[in-house]
Amino acid sequence: MVDDLYQEIILDHSRRPRNCHPMEDATSKVEGYNPLCGDKLKLFLKMRGDVVEDASFVGSGCAISTASASLMTEAMKGKSRAEALALMERFHELLTTDTPAANDLGKLVVFCGVRDYPARVKCATLAWHTLKSALNHEHGTEDPVTTE
Amino acid sequence: MSTLTSPIQAGFDVEKVRADFPVLKQKVHGKPLIYLDSAATAQKPSVVVDAIRRFHEVDCANIHRGVHELSQRSTAAYEETRLKAKRFLNARTKNELIFVRGATEGINLVASTWGRRNVGEGDEIVISALEHHSNIVPWQMLCEEKSARLRIIPMNDRGELLLEEYEKLLSPRTRLVAFAHVSNALGTINPAARIIETAHRAGALALVDGAQAAPHMKIDVQALDADFYTFSGHKVFGPTGIGILYGKTRLLNAMPPYQGGGDMIRVVTFEKTTYNDLPYKFEAGTPNIAGGIGLGAALDYVNAIGLEKIAAYEHQLLQYGTELLSRIPGLRLIGTAREKAAVLSFVMEGIHPHDIGTLLDRQGIAVRTGHHCAQPVMDWFHVPATTRASLAFYNTAAEIDALAAGIQKVKEVFS
Repeated sequence: MVDDLYQEIILDHSRRPRNCHPMEDATSKVEGYNPLCGDKLKLFLKMRGDVVEDASFVGSGCAISTASASLMTEAMKGKSRAEALALMERFHELLTTDTPAANDLGKLVVFCGVRDYPARVKCATLAWHTLKSALNHEHGTEDPVTTE
Repeated sequence: MSTLTSPIQAGFDVEKVRADFPVLKQKVHGKPLIYLDSAATAQKPSVVVDAIRRFHEVDCANIHRGVHELSQRSTAAYEETRLKAKRFLNARTKNELIFVRGATEGINLVASTWGRRNVGEGDEIVISALEHHSNIVPWQMLCEEKSARLRIIPMNDRGELLLEEYEKLLSPRTRLVAFAHVSNALGTINPAARIIETAHRAGALALVDGAQAAPHMKIDVQALDADFYTFSGHKVFGPTGIGILYGKTRLLNAMPPYQGGGDMIRVVTFEKTTYNDLPYKFEAGTPNIAGGIGLGAALDYVNAIGLEKIAAYEHQLLQYGTELLSRIPGLRLIGTAREKAAVLSFVMEGIHPHDIGTLLDRQGIAVRTGHHCAQPVMDWFHVPATTRASLAFYNTAAEIDALAAGIQKVKEVFS
C-alpha cells in the first residue's frame, strides 16, 4: 500500500533520522515552519568559506518531512553554496514536475512519489525552504521561514 | 474485528438515508468512499442539489423589488428559507435571522457592528480555550482596536470548560461571552444555557458559535436565551457560502449596519441615507440566492429526519467509535468530554497525523489532519496536530470498523 510514497528509505530515515541534533558551532541557524500542519524544524549549518562542512536539524514532523530533512542534511555535506542551491532546484523539480529525475539527486529520488500527493509537497520541501534561507543569510534569521 | 454490538437505532434506516447522498456512492483509490470529514463540510443530499439546480434552470432572477414573475418566485423561495431558519432555531420573528456567508461572517458581523459600538477601553470579552480561530481572531482584532481585554475560559484534560473558573473571569467590565456550542476539534458539547445565564447575571451578552452544533442537535435560541447564535449552511448539509446569524430584535435594531450597499437602505441621497428595517439592514448587495434556497432544502431535509433521531443515532455511533479506537494500542483520543458530539480526534504514538491521513485516504477513508483551525487547543494538549474522524447520520458502524482496520494498517506500515 502506497509504496510509491512511503519507500523503505523514507521510512528508515523517518524512524532513525540522520544528523538529528543541535549544533553548537553552527555558523547559521534557521527555523522553518509549515503553518498548514504545525511542523517545525530548526536547521544548523557549519560553513567553511563557501562550502557546507556540516549540517544538522532538530524538529518534529511527519515521516515525509523528517526523512526529507535527514536525507537533505546528508546530501549537503561537502557541497558549495551554488551546488547546494542547484540541488534544491532539482529536488523541487522532482516533486512538482513530470521531468525525469536528474542523475545527481542520488538517494533523494525516493521522494519522486510525492508528486502524486500535492497536499504533501510542502512536507517534503520544508527543510529545503529552510536551507535556502540559511544559505542566503550567513548568520541565520530571527523570523522562521514558512512554506506559505 | 469488532465484538461490540453495532449501533442500530430502531426507526433510523441509515441505508435509506445514504441513498439520498449521491457523493457517497463512489470509490476513491479503488475503495468505497468512507467520508469521515463532515465537521469540515457535510455532504449534500439530492434535494439540496435539486433545489439549487431548479433555481438556476427555472426561477433565476434577482430578489426583492422585481415585479416580474421570476423575481417574485426567487424572492419567495429565498425568504422562505428565513422562515425555515426561524423555525430551525426557534427564533421569535423572521426578522431576527440575518443571512451571512457562514458562521465566520456571523461572528465578524457582531464584532464589527455591536462590538465597535459597545466595547471600549478596559472592557473585556470572554471566550473559551476550545474555540475555532473564527471565534478568536475577530475578538482579538476588536480588543486591539478598542484597547479591550480578551479573557479565556480554561478547560480540563478531557476538553471540558471549567465553569467555576469562568465565573471568576466575569466582571462588571465583561461585555460579551462568545463560545462554541460544540467544539470542532474535540467534540465537547458546552453547557450553553448555563454559560449564557451566568453571562447575563454578570450583565454581559452571549454569542454562541453553533457551526458544529446545528448538524447534530435541536437548537432553541429562546430556551438558551442566546443573544446571538450563528451557524454555517454547509455544515448542515446545505451549500457553502451561506449561513445564518440570529440576534435578538432589540440588539439588532440598536446595532449600526454591517456593510453599505443596495438592499440595506431605505432612502439614499448624497446628503444622507436612511437604513432599511431588519433583517435587510444587515444584508447589503445581491446575496447568495441559490445558496439560501439550497439551505432551505437542507433544513427541510434535516427536519424531516428529525434532529432528536439524528442525535440519538450519532450518539450510539460515537460511543461505538470511542470504544473501538480506545482499544488500539498507542492511540490516544484527544477530547474525551462526558458530553460530546460526532468527533473522534486522536494522535498515535510515533506516527504523524499527516501520514495517517494519507495512508487512510489510500484506503478510501477521508479524515482531516492538522490543527483544525484551533491552534490553541493543540497547544493545550501539547500536540502539533491530530487526526480527526467526524461523523454524520449517514455514517455506519461498518465504516467505523473500516476506520479501525485502516488505523491498524497504518501501524503496520510504520512498525
